[in-house]
Amino acid sequence: MSDVLPVLAVDIERRVFNAADGTVLEAVRDLHFSLPPNSFTCIVGPSGCGKTTTLRLILGLDRDFDGQVKRRDDATVAAVFQEPRLLPWRTVEQNVRLTLPPSRATCDLDALFVALGLDGHKGFFPAELSLGLARRVALARAFALEPGLLLLDEPFVSLDEATAERLRNLLLELWCARPTTALMVTHNAREAAMLADRILVFSARPARLVDTIVLDTAREHRTESDIQRVVSRLRPVVDETD
Amino acid sequence: MVWAIVAALIDDRTLPPPGAVWQAFLTELRSGELLFHLSTTLLRVVAAFIVAMAIGSAIGIWLGMSPRADRFVDPWLILFLNIPALVVIVLAYIWFGLNEAAAIGAVAVNKIPNVVVSLREGARALDPALAEMGQVYRFGRWKRLRHIVIPQLQPFFAAAMRSGISLIWKIVLVVELLGRSNGVGFQIHLYFQLFDVATILAYTLAFVAVMLLVEYLLLQPLERHGNRWRPARA
Repeated sequence: MSDVLPVLAVDIERRVFNAADGTVLEAVRDLHFSLPPNSFTCIVGPSGCGKTTTLRLILGLDRDFDGQVKRRDDATVAAVFQEPRLLPWRTVEQNVRLTLPPSRATCDLDALFVALGLDGHKGFFPAELSLGLARRVALARAFALEPGLLLLDEPFVSLDEATAERLRNLLLELWCARPTTALMVTHNAREAAMLADRILVFSARPARLVDTIVLDTAREHRTESDIQRVVSRLRPVVDETD
Repeated sequence: MVWAIVAALIDDRTLPPPGAVWQAFLTELRSGELLFHLSTTLLRVVAAFIVAMAIGSAIGIWLGMSPRADRFVDPWLILFLNIPALVVIVLAYIWFGLNEAAAIGAVAVNKIPNVVVSLREGARALDPALAEMGQVYRFGRWKRLRHIVIPQLQPFFAAAMRSGISLIWKIVLVVELLGRSNGVGFQIHLYFQLFDVATILAYTLAFVAVMLLVEYLLLQPLERHGNRWRPARA
């Protein structure tokens, strides 16, 4: 694996926040990992440990840190944020198409919309959608781009468990149909155990890498007991409350 | 009704009854004067409006997005907000001559600070979450402006346009009165000297009617189009 050029190489020494009242908050410390092509990696850790901060550093939305993040130049980046972050004044279809480069602006996205169960909602505005549907649009937007690197920040948080489970399966289907390098932040152990082929376990703040779990079984062959085994291994780290 | 009764009671040329105003309106309409002066004024309003909105929104968005520029420009903005319209007009005529450019420029300068203030508030309230989305998905400058920034500023544009068009038309009349030989303002000045209140009212009401048409046929449909994505309020 090491002779393949990673899509993403993360070497973060530290990221420190200076709060308004003068306290210094260290969010991330000594974080080193890389993502080989077409791998699905999950970052799992307790709430508020600095997972989202890490993702923001990787996305280049926050450049105020010691260390470096190297991305392979040819990898198009797509992100699914915690909130869907759709443009309220554009329809579902426009929201998805806007991210496409001009060469693919009119490409056929019907299969993607059908796969996500959105073919009936293409003309809707985001305000007319439930949170679950809006999240699907955010997924559609990311996959339409056919990214080389897909970053997901708790994309199924604050959904009821049934909806979240359905969306997890949808994500899995999309990813299997067109594998790409993915990095997903979650604090849901079950989600990680279902989707990932590698789990990076983060400590409480400041976020450090404390454990790496490699899942050998292909995800379509994982049984409920395989998943439960990983979940119980992650239990000390994350609460299962949501 | 109230107008007709009061006018009949006072029976004075300072307050002519509606009938007399209607007569004056018809006379001016038939001679072609009314349409000529109305359209001249309207053209000035449109020109000053476009100039003020373009320059004012550019400055406003810039100040809203750059706190440093805002700190530097803010005192000037307050200064211009408080200069009386009349001073700007007189100075513009003295410095740039009694011409059309000076007239329209003077009106625009009066309006620009208001547009800047509205749009600055809008640009300060831009949603960083959407800006980050645009950054991650590598939106270019134009795409960001058109799909992320301008739609968020739409209510602020609407407010600036609303208050702008009414302020501008009032100032345009002053500009015409002081230094132009046509337009509604010039006509009102003329009939003021003739003490013909009926014709003054005829011109005023005619122009108010034009502005109402602009509001209902242009501004409101534009606003509805801009707001179509918002869920209907119950």
